Parts: sequence; structure tokens; C-alpha cells
Amino acid sequence: MLKYVLSRLATFIPTFIGVTLISFAFIRMLPGDPIVVMAGERGISEERYLELQQQFGFDRPIYVQFWDYFTGVLQGDLGNSFVTKRPVWDEFFSLFPATLELSVCAMIFAVALGLPAGVIAAVNRGKFFDRALMSTALVGYSMPIFWWALLLIIVFSGNLGWTPVSGRIDLLYYFPNATGFMLIDSIASGQDGAFTSALRHLLLPTIVLGTIPLAVIARQTRSAMLEVLGEDYIRTARAKGMSSGRINGIHALRNALIPVITVIGLSVGTLLAGAILTETIFSWPGIGKWMVDSIFRRDYPVVQGGLLLIAVMVMVVNLTVDMLYGIINPKIRKR
Amino acid sequence: MSLLRIRNLSVDFATASGKFRAVDSVDQDVDTGEILAIVGESGSGKSVSMLALMGLLPWTATVTADELTFDGHDLLKMDRRARRKIVGNDLAMIFQEPMSSLNPCFPVGWQIKESLRFHLGLNRAERHKRAIELFEQVGIPDPEKRLSVFPHQMSGGMNQRVMIAMAIACKPKLLIADEPTTALDVTIQAQILDLLTSLRDETGMGLVLITHDMGVVAETAERVSVQYAGQKIEEQQVLPLFREPHHPYTAALLDALPERATEKRLPTIPGVVPGQFDRPAGCLFSPRCKFANDKCRAENPPPLGEDLGKARCFYPLNTDERVAS
Repeated sequence: MLKYVLSRLATFIPTFIGVTLISFAFIRMLPGDPIVVMAGERGISEERYLELQQQFGFDRPIYVQFWDYFTGVLQGDLGNSFVTKRPVWDEFFSLFPATLELSVCAMIFAVALGLPAGVIAAVNRGKFFDRALMSTALVGYSMPIFWWALLLIIVFSGNLGWTPVSGRIDLLYYFPNATGFMLIDSIASGQDGAFTSALRHLLLPTIVLGTIPLAVIARQTRSAMLEVLGEDYIRTARAKGMSSGRINGIHALRNALIPVITVIGLSVGTLLAGAILTETIFSWPGIGKWMVDSIFRRDYPVVQGGLLLIAVMVMVVNLTVDMLYGIINPKIRKR
Repeated sequence: MSLLRIRNLSVDFATASGKFRAVDSVDQDVDTGEILAIVGESGSGKSVSMLALMGLLPWTATVTADELTFDGHDLLKMDRRARRKIVGNDLAMIFQEPMSSLNPCFPVGWQIKESLRFHLGLNRAERHKRAIELFEQVGIPDPEKRLSVFPHQMSGGMNQRVMIAMAIACKPKLLIADEPTTALDVTIQAQILDLLTSLRDETGMGLVLITHDMGVVAETAERVSVQYAGQKIEEQQVLPLFREPHHPYTAALLDALPERATEKRLPTIPGVVPGQFDRPAGCLFSPRCKFANDKCRAENPPPLGEDLGKARCFYPLNTDERVAS
């Protein structure tokens, strides 16, 4: 197992270098100049511009700039934001809990609904529920996130007034940011109604962000279950007189989980991409919104550093998924 | 009264191109402590009839029967829940491919203890003790250790032993073995058959052995039922069957045994079992039968009397009357 982990970690190295390079190059390929953006509408004098260029090191050749950045990264220094002057590292981790909270909730939402839905659809293959569910899933999968978000806001926040439109909690409540997770902090604060407020703020973003993974997980679970249900060992379980609930929920599902876990792992990447849109729409103060703002400000260190950290997270998640295979189905560990 | 009594069992499969009759009005009886072999080529419906008894057929299958009684229970009138109390408990089955018949995600011990928990309601410690006993009974060495092993870590023969241990976990009254040795090496085959026979001797359970191997039949079975294209065409005790088969198909099967071959070329039965589209109007074996005449091709022969092995044939072999024709 250790050997397996190490070999997987080794594949990280080229990916890591590649991501560093791409994120570095990507933001510089965009037209626009961070100094001009910082100067704003009033513009900037020629001398001051050159001075700033020198200060930020933009006058040096691009490969020297990259080497500087890369050696910094290896030492854990992602640089400072042009705008706030704070280290990218600190900014990222002060905002990341908000994104993590949203993503985790979206994932729980997607798995909690998608997994049973897929199982029930597979068991009732070809019947009304199956067809209804699979067509709904297709709609959910093809729906543009921003449009879906606006639709939900109009109905639930606008017309019905059930949920707030944006933010993480009502302005009524204030408490120190202990963990960065609003649900936990609001309970810890002991303030009446704080938790409910945080939960209500979380509701729509969770649904919006979780919809695509939900659709993907439901469809994948269904097809994996259909395959497994035809296996000999399912017949054995039935020959043992086990109830269909137990056969579907334990004997079959455990085997069907492998492809499902794979799409869950892959969804994490999609989730972080979706978080950027969702957070922007709901003014959710997470890294998605932070990244978008930074791209508009041409805040090079933030964009390249943020991208790199997100990429590393996706890699870690996928590594975890690879390990889970072996735990769920020990036969895979052998390979 | 016999342990298992099947009368006029038919199974139809709904396929894209219409109904397909896999089992055609089969009668079957099994007594306690008896070993019945059901023989036939692939596609003769031997497995399907037993799967129908177990209630393991897919939803595309329609099962009809005049009588389906096991140990005094009328299985036809039973709902699924009540049937599950019997299946896996008093009525157990093992399958052809031990490797794929065990769930790869769970240790074999877990898979055995599951039956003990649901059918017998044993507690954790009792389950563990009984599982070890069962492993010893089926001859798995080092049972304590083997309980926590996964199916892919064992050989096919060991897995089949696990399957058998699982099937006999609740001391069944009838065990159905669906080609239990087909996927195994010849040496292991003999061991598994010996194990099944000795388990029968110990526990007095009935044993139905589904096979296409006449050698297995000769060694193990006491009574033989020959199935062809979904019909039971002959049934006799094993010795008389080998000595004096009444149905031409049985005779042809026996002639095709390498051990019995007298000529240089092994005799074969020409043609194949009729499928969905080429089912003959008369006797199902008539297209391949060397004795068939126009009557055989036009009418379906009803089963003959007990003394002629209930053979479905107008012109049974090895009878005194036959001499005339």
C-alpha cells in the first residue's frame, strides 16, 4: 500500500510543474496590464510606470520571472497580492473555508440524493420512476449554472421569500471567525437563530452547485448498478434468501461504488469550477469569487497561486479516490 | 410424500422476438437423502427449472406449474417474503462459477455469516463458531484464518467449498448443485463430488445435481432425469439407465461417451438442440433422431409408463414390444 501511495505521489511531480507553468503563463497571456489596472481611470505617468515595472520585476525576461516564481513556490512562498499586499497563501486560506463549506455541502447534497436515486432507478429499470429520473438528470446536467441560479433566486428568494439572495449570514449576527466554517462558528457563537440563518444562506448555493454532480452521480450509479445486478454473486445473494433491500443496498451497491467514487472524485474539479460561478452569483466570499476578482484586477500572484492551490487540491482528492478503490474492493489493490 | 414435488412446470421467457419456452411441462420428484441428477445439453432447460424453483429467474421469465411443493410448503401460493425464509435456509443452491458467484467486495466469512444471521438468528460469537465448523466440514484448511480472506485470494476449488459451506450453513433439506464442477480441474471435480456425497450421507439432505457430464452422473447419482429442449424425456435409476436407455436421445448420449466407444470415431448426435425459431412440430428430438418417422415429426409423444422410464417416445428402445417394429 505504501509503495502504491509513493508511486502515485511520484506522478504528482510532472503534473505539479505543468500546472505551475500553465497558471503562470495563462494570466500573462490575457491582454491588460496589472499596473495600468491598479492606476485606475486617471492613468499613470511614463516614469512611474517604468518604476513600478521594475519594482514588480516585469522588466526582466519572462523565464527569469518564472524561475523566481517557481523557486518561491517550492519554498512555500506564493508571493503577495498586488492589490492587498498580503501573502497569497494567507488570503487563500482565509477564504478557502467558505468555498470548502459550500463544496462539501454541495457534495453531500449530490451524493445523498444521487446515490439512492440511481439505485432506485436501476432497480426499477424501464419503469416510470427510472425514466422520469433519468430525463430530469439530463436536464440538470445540461442546465447552465448561472441560469439555474437566477431561476432559483427569482422563485425562492424573490417570489416566495424563503431564502436570502446572497451572503453567508444575516448582518444581525456577528461573531469571530474561529474555524471559517459558518455552520460551525454560528453554533459555537451560541447566538439564537445564527445557525438557521447560516443554513438558509447556504441552501440555494448548495443546490445550484450540487446539481451537476447530482445528475452525474445519479446516472453513473444507475448504470453501475445495472451492470452489477446481472452478476453471478447477486444471484448467490438471492439464493441465500436475502431481502432485495439488502441485496441492492449492500451486495450490489458496494460493487457499484467504484465507478461512482471515480465520478465523485472527478466532480471535485467541476465543483471548484462551478464554485467560481456560484460564488459570484451569490456573493459568497470564497476563493471562487476571489479568483474572479483577481483576474479582473490582473493580480498575477493571486491568480497563478490560487490556480496552483486548487489544482493541488484536485490532485489530492483524486489520490484519495485511488486509495478508496482498494478499500471498497480489495481485488483492485492487487493490481 | 416426497421432499420436492414438481408437476407440469413450464417457464417462458419474454424475448424481443416473442415468447421462448425454456422449460416445457416438466415433472420432478426428489426424496429426502436422494441424489437426483438432471442431465442434458446446454439449453435443455435443466438449470432454468431449478432456478424457477428457487425463484431466481429474471423478471422476463414467467413460471407456471400445477404443483410446486417443497417440504409441505406450496411455493406457488407463497409471497416473496415467505419464500425467502425457505430459500437459502431449507432449500439451497450452488452454482457453476465459484469465482464469480462470490461477492468480491466482502470476506468469505462475512458472506457465510450473513445467512447464519438472517435465517438462524445466531449472535456474533455463535456465527463465528458455526462458520469455522462449516469450513472444517467442507475441508477448508486453517478455517479461522480463511474466514477473513476475500474470494480472489483463493483458488476455484476453495471458492466452491466456500459456496458449499454457505449453502449448507442452515442445514438445508435439499441442495441443488448447478454444474458445481464444470469450472474446476478434473482432480478438484472428484473432490467436490465426494464432498457433496459425503455431506448428503452426514446430513440426509436431498441433492439435485445438474450436469451435462455423464461421467459425473455415473459416479454420483442414484436417479437420473434426462432433459432435452426443455422437456424431461426420460427418467430412471442410474444403473438401468446406463444399461437400458429407453429414449433414443439418452441412448445417443451414452453412445457418445468416450469410455463406451467401440469404434475408432466417437459417435456424435448430429445437429443442435432446437432454439426459439426451429422448434419442430412433433417430437422435439425428431430432427436429430435416427429412428424418427412421419408420426414422430407430426405429433408430440406423451410420456410413457414408469416401466419405460416415462420416456417421451413413440418407439422406445430396449423393450420387448419394440422388437415388432
